[in-house]
Amino acid sequence: MTRPAPHSPNIGTSRFPDAPLPPRAGAGLKPDHIAAILTDDYRIGFLEVHAENYMGDGGPAHRALAAIRAEFPLSVHGVGLSIGSEGGISATHLERLARVVERYEPAMVSEHLAWSSHDAGYFNDLLPVPYNSASLERVVSHIVQIQDRLKRPILLENPSTYVAFEQTTMSETDFIRDIARKSGCGLLLDVNNVFVSATNHGWKPLHYLRDFPLELVEEIHLAGHAEDVDDEGDLLLIDAHDRPVADSVWKLYETVISQAGAVPTLIEWDNDVPEWPVLRREAQLADAILDRLGPGSLLGSRHAAE
Amino acid sequence: MIEMSQRSFGAALLDPDLPLPDGVIGPRGKGAQKRFAVYRNNVTVSLVNALGDIFPAVQRLVGEGFFRDMARVYLSEEPPRSALLFEYGGGFAAFLDRFEPVSKLPYLSDVARLERAWLDAFHAADADPLRPESLGAIPPESLGEVTFTPHPAARIVRSKYAAVSIFSASREERPLDHVRPLDPEDGLITRPRHEVQVRQLPSGAADFFEALMAGMTFEEAANVTLERHPEFDLPSAISAMLEAGVFSACSSSQANPEHTA
Repeated sequence: MTRPAPHSPNIGTSRFPDAPLPPRAGAGLKPDHIAAILTDDYRIGFLEVHAENYMGDGGPAHRALAAIRAEFPLSVHGVGLSIGSEGGISATHLERLARVVERYEPAMVSEHLAWSSHDAGYFNDLLPVPYNSASLERVVSHIVQIQDRLKRPILLENPSTYVAFEQTTMSETDFIRDIARKSGCGLLLDVNNVFVSATNHGWKPLHYLRDFPLELVEEIHLAGHAEDVDDEGDLLLIDAHDRPVADSVWKLYETVISQAGAVPTLIEWDNDVPEWPVLRREAQLADAILDRLGPGSLLGSRHAAE
Repeated sequence: MIEMSQRSFGAALLDPDLPLPDGVIGPRGKGAQKRFAVYRNNVTVSLVNALGDIFPAVQRLVGEGFFRDMARVYLSEEPPRSALLFEYGGGFAAFLDRFEPVSKLPYLSDVARLERAWLDAFHAADADPLRPESLGAIPPESLGEVTFTPHPAARIVRSKYAAVSIFSASREERPLDHVRPLDPEDGLITRPRHEVQVRQLPSGAADFFEALMAGMTFEEAANVTLERHPEFDLPSAISAMLEAGVFSACSSSQANPEHTA
C-alpha cells in the first residue's frame, strides 16, 4: 500500500484483524457450514450472522464464530431490535447488541425497517410499519439511539411486505431516504425484498430502484422467495429464504450493480438450509455479476477502491 | 389510532379469530385477509419450529404432528418475551404438566426440563472446570470447610420418572424398550469442555451437588446427604463431579475465595 489505511480502530486492543466487507459475495453463516467454510479452497468474501443467535454468554456457538471472525470479514445483522416499534426499542436488547458488536468488531451492523416486539411478546417476524411523518420520526429517533450506543452508523434494510396501511402517506423509497438523511444511517438494499414487495403491491421494481437512494447502499441482500396467492387469486410472493435466488431477482440485481457498482452482496438462506456447496454456488453467481458489471457502473467502483 | 395499531396487529397475529387490525388493507382496493394471514403463518410456524428445535426429544416422543399442534396451544398461552429465542420455552415443562392430552406420559415434562437445561448449558458463560489438582492442593484438615463455585453451565434436573434414560434414548433415536419409566432418575447437565453432557446421577449425588451449589461446605453437604441416603458413595461422587465439571473453583475460606482455573 502506498498510503495509510483510511481508518485503524482499536489498534493494540482489538481481538481481530480489521477486515472491511469486500465488494464480493458473502453468505449467511449456518453452524452446519462452519467446518466446510474454514477448509474450502473457495474463500467466501464475508459472512453474516443474526446478532440474536450470539447474545448468549458463551459456549460452542461463540467459539465457532470467533474462529470464523479470525479468518473472514463479518457483518452482524440484527433481527430483534424492533426499530419500528411504537413502544420504543428495548434498552436491554440494545445493550445485548452492543455486547455482540464489541465482542466481534464486525465490519457492518444492520437492522430492519420493521417491528417485532410488543408488550404482548416477541413475534419473531419482521412486521410492517405505515409510512407517515409520525412513524418516520419514531424510526429516526430509534436509529439515532442505536447509533449513539454503538458509536457507529448502522445500515437499515428495506422490508418485504404483504399488507398496506390506511395510515400510509409516503412512498417506501421517500420514507427510507428521509430516514437515512435524518439519522445518518446507511442502507442495506435487499433486492429480493424489492421484487417481493413490488409484486405484492403492484409497483414496478425498476421504478422503485429509480427512486431508491442507491448512493447510500453499502450492502445488498439476495434470497429466494416462495409463491402464494392473495384474496383475489393474484400472485403473492413470500420472503421465504428457503431456495435459490429467482432469475427475476438476479436480473434486478444486475441492474443494481450496473448502476451502483460492486457492493458487498449477501446470499441469505435460512430455511431448508442446503449443504455448503449449494450456497457457495449462489455466492459464485453473485461474484460473477460483481466482476462483470461492477467496474463499468454508473456510480463507479467506489467500494472496490476500499 | 396509530398508537394502538401495533397492539391490535399483535393480538390479531396470535388469534386467527380476531378481525383484521384497524388500518390494514390490501393495495389498490384489494382484500387483506390472505395477506395478513402470511404474517400469522410466519409467526406461528417460526415459533413452532423454534420449540421443535429446543425440545426435539419431546417432539420425537409425541410425534411431530401432535407436537406442532401442542406447540401452537403453548405459544398462544406463552408467546416469547424476548428476541432471544434460545431462551424460549421456560414454561413449556409446566405447560406439559397441565396439558391433559399428554397426562398419560407423566415423564414428558421432566424430559422437557432436561432439554431446556441442555440449551441453557449450551449458551452458558465459558469457564474452565475445577481441576483435581486445585482440590488436591487443599490440606486434608481444611477439606471439610471447602466451598465450591458452580460452573455456569451446571444444572440438575430431578425426576420421579426415568426422564434421563428417556431423554437420552429419544435424542439418540434409540427405542425405549429397555427403559422402566417409573424408576426415578436424577440428571446432571454440564459442559466440561465444548460439548454439553447429560448424565444420570447415582443415589444421593443430586442432594450432594445441590447442597454444594447452594454454598454449603463440603462437610455440611456430605452430612446432609448421608442422613438422607446412607448408601451414598462420596468418593465416586467426587470423581464424577470433577469429571463432569460441576464446579469451576473451590475455596478453603469464605473470606478469601481462591479462584482456580
